[in-house]
Formats: sequence, structure tokens, C-alpha cells
Amino acid sequence: MNIQRKNDLMYLVLGLVIFGIVYGLMEGGMIGSFWKLNIIIICINIIMSASLNLINGYTGQFSLGHAGFMAVGCYVSVILTTNFHMPLIVGMLAGGAAAALLGCLIGLPTLRLNGDYLAIATLGLGEIIRIVIMNINYVGGAAGFTGIPHLTTFPWVFFTMLVTLFFIKNFVNSTHGRACIAIRENEIAAGAMGINTTKYKVMAFTIGAAFAGIAGALFAHCFYIINPSSFTFMASFNYLIMVVLGGLGSLTGSVAGAFVVTALSAALASWPEFRMIIYALALILLMFYRPQGLFGYVELTAFKPFRFLDRTKGGRE
Amino acid sequence: MKPLLKASHVVEMFGGLKAVSDFNVYLEQGELIGLIGPNGAGKTTAFNLFTGVYQPTSGEIEFDGQSIVGLAPYQITQRGIARTFQNIRLFSELSVLDNVKIAFHDHVKYGLLEAVLRVGRYTEEERQIERDSLELLKIFHLKDKAYETAKNLPYGAQRRLEIARALAAKPKLLLLDEPAAGMNPQETQELMEMIRWIRKEFNLTILLIEHDMSLVMGICERIYVLEYGHIIAHGTPEEIQNNPEVIRAYLGGAS
Repeated sequence: MNIQRKNDLMYLVLGLVIFGIVYGLMEGGMIGSFWKLNIIIICINIIMSASLNLINGYTGQFSLGHAGFMAVGCYVSVILTTNFHMPLIVGMLAGGAAAALLGCLIGLPTLRLNGDYLAIATLGLGEIIRIVIMNINYVGGAAGFTGIPHLTTFPWVFFTMLVTLFFIKNFVNSTHGRACIAIRENEIAAGAMGINTTKYKVMAFTIGAAFAGIAGALFAHCFYIINPSSFTFMASFNYLIMVVLGGLGSLTGSVAGAFVVTALSAALASWPEFRMIIYALALILLMFYRPQGLFGYVELTAFKPFRFLDRTKGGRE
Repeated sequence: MKPLLKASHVVEMFGGLKAVSDFNVYLEQGELIGLIGPNGAGKTTAFNLFTGVYQPTSGEIEFDGQSIVGLAPYQITQRGIARTFQNIRLFSELSVLDNVKIAFHDHVKYGLLEAVLRVGRYTEEERQIERDSLELLKIFHLKDKAYETAKNLPYGAQRRLEIARALAAKPKLLLLDEPAAGMNPQETQELMEMIRWIRKEFNLTILLIEHDMSLVMGICERIYVLEYGHIIAHGTPEEIQNNPEVIRAYLGGAS
């Protein structure tokens, strides 16, 4: 067995241990229903921030419409599970596929833009998706979609999250992922090295959208009702904050970012009047002292105490 | 035998400015050719035309017997032309090794699914890429710096890394845009040896732009001289050195 496989296996075991502990605490009644829901939301947000990181952090394409793809996955899946009584997995796959298709179709024209222009275009896209959903009576319009079966459980979100993280980790460590990173670093040089830049930008965008759609499907089945107002531009912005806070181009950063932001806003739920102030202050301070985010382009394993987790780069020193 | 690269009557207009006009160049397989000329003569424009960064206003460019006009830069690289940049364009935040690995992109056969699941050809090919990359870095004396961030390398090493990266794309024709810029005489001397050696080892045809005359005259078999977008002279280094037109272009004088 080679080092890479051993490493993957170690991460998998680590994931299972975390799952076992949290699940045990949940079943043992040590975690109340409020935190139970929040742990599920944290896992969903990790999927969202990791997939957004693939677009914004690794490929360097500034997207502000991630909640729009989540909404697509959300609504496609609830139609299937509620109206057609399909199992959750079918809803998740269909939601992911629908979001991926939309991401691919929209990515082709918009990814010719760069920087600020792409941000504005994707921002508009997210809003268009939300407003279109709001005007479809079949899914309840602005009032929301009701009667959704409560199917999302902790094992579902946790293992979907694990699959997402493994997928993105392996993707960025392949020639396809390196092509995306090359585009971020220098698009002209990437083209001169034989990389079809448009293709890889669209690929990253599509994969990111697919996982956002899957996250949307999981999100929808946490509650009995979903509403288009959950997918405003503020929601997209919130995912962007997680990515930037954790560090662009760092997968462990995305996990940390999603965890910190979600846990912080949950912990402050009892003091709603101070919540936004503390939240904003935390962000300002972080950007002041660590503008590259908590991790900033490197993984947790680049730091000394955690280096044992990654043996593939053993010959580094 | 047909020439490897042939540009005939190429014109490039930027608005009203003729950056390159009636540009005729041919490169035989295996040659080492220099392209010189004063600043602003259109040398880099010519490179950008060969690599698809610019499209010619008129004229024809043939590579390996086929027209490459209208192709995107990545398609031209896939056909076998690789280049370096005058203003270094490395993937500066990445490691030296990753810079080279990226350039193997077009020669990788494993698909997306194999990469994500880490099955099939993934492991073996990745290992091969790493081995080949380190081999290339060794040639350019960069192996001990393989894990350093590219932007932290000294200037001369960055230029060598650009050449190593271009070679990783496995080109037939290598275009070097001022490879010796910013190097001291000893580094230039080493670079000359290196260029000679890689040409033989990788069976390359090389076209280079350079201001350092010791390098150009030392290794090029033929030289083209550009001035104001026109080719004013063409010949062996001895012929160029004694060409009155070239002397006038460089030193000025009554014409």
C-alpha cells in the first residue's frame, strides 16, 4: 500500500472516530436538540464552504451566487421527496445534478468575465434563481414549500460531508486540480502550458454547484418548511465569509471557517442584540491580524504539530 | 524537408500601428535561431503571434505543415510549441515542483473519476510525473529547491524554472524570450551550455530573443534582425556582425 492510500485511510479513520464520538453523545442525550440541529447545519455549511472554496479559493474565480445553487438543489429534491415520495438519496442526487447542469450552462458565458465583473454576474444569478422560485406557485412561491418529510439525520450529513471533502481533496491533488490552481496563479501562463482555461473554470464551477445542490437537498430536509428567503444574497455572502475566514485555497480552512462562523452565531443566539456586533468585530479583527484567513493557502498539515497527518510530503525538509 | 515553423507575410496591426509587417521566418527542424533587434522592434509580438496570444491581421503561420492561425494558446502548446516569458510568469505562490508538474497536464491520461477515486492510472501516472519533474529540475540545478515557493527563488533561478516548465510540456519547438535577462556573465555562460545541451537531449528546435550579444552570437546558427516590425537582415552570426544595416539600426547613423 502506498503512502497516499495510507494517508487517505488515516483521514477516514479520523473521520469515523469523530463521527462515533459526536453520534454517541447525541444518542446518549448529552447534546440537546438545539445543538443537534446546529451540528447538522455545521456539516451542511462545511459542504457549502468547501465547494465554494473550489471555485473562489482554488480556481480564483470570484463567485457570489452559491446560495442560488443551494436553492436549486433544495427545491428539486423536495419536489421529488414530498410530491413523488422518492427516498432522500434520489433527491440529493437529482438536486446535485440540477445544480451542476445550471452551473455548467451559466458558467460557460459568465466565466469569460473576471474579477469584479464575474462577482456581479454571479450575484445577479443568485438573485434571479431566488426570484424565479418565488414566482413558481407549484413550489409554494414566497410562502415557502411545506410538508417536507424530516429525512436529514446526522449520519447522512456527516458522511455526505466526508465524501465532499475527499472528492475535493483528491480533485485538487490531481492534474485537473493543478490546472485550476494554475488558472488562479496566472491565467496566461496556464494557457501557455497547454491548459484549456475555459474548460477548467467551467469544470470547477460545475463541481462546486453540484455540491451546493447536494447541500441544499440536505438542508431542505432538516425542516418541515423551506422558503426562498433562506437563499438571499446574504446567505451567499455568509458562505463567502466562511471561505475567506478559513483561508482561500485551504480545505481545512473551509472546515474551520464553517465551524467557527456557524458555532459562533449559534452560541450568540441568546443575545440577538449583540450577535451581529460581535460577529462583525470578530471578522474585522481577523482581517486586521490575519488577512489571508485562518489557514491561507495551506492545509492544517503544514503546521508542525499536525504534520504527522500528512506523510506524502515527508521529504520536505 | 518542410520547415518546422514557417511564417509568411505576417502583418500585425494594433489600431493604426504596424507592430509587425511582412514578417517572413522559417525554422528547420533542430535549428537554434536568434531573433534580435532594438527595443520595440516587435520581437515579443512575433512570439505572441506564434503562440496564439495575438492573431495575425493577415498572413500565414504554419507549424509542422499545418496552419496554426486562429488556434488558442493552449491548442498551440498541445501541438508542440512551448515558450517562456520576458516578464517572468511563474505560478509564483506554488512550489517549484508544482510549477513543473502543472506543465505535464496535456500528457496525463487518467480521467476525472480516476483522480477523485484514486484508482486506475492515477497513482502510477502521478508517480511518473513527480519523477519526470524532479529529473527536469535536476537538469536545471533546481532539485534542491523543489519544495520552495517559486517567488522566493533568485531571479536567475526563476528564469531557469521557466525553461524547465516549458520543457515539461514536451514541445518540439521552444521559444525563449530573453532567457538571460538579469543574469550575470557567468550565469549567462552556464545558460548557454544548458541551452545547447537540452537541444540535443530533447531533440528540440529553439528560437530565442536575446539582447545579450555574447549569447546570441555564441550559440545561434542563424539570426533574424527586426527593426520597426521589419526584418532588416538574416544570416549567420558573422554575416550579421558585418551587415551595415544592422550596425546602423543598433548604433544609428546616416542611412
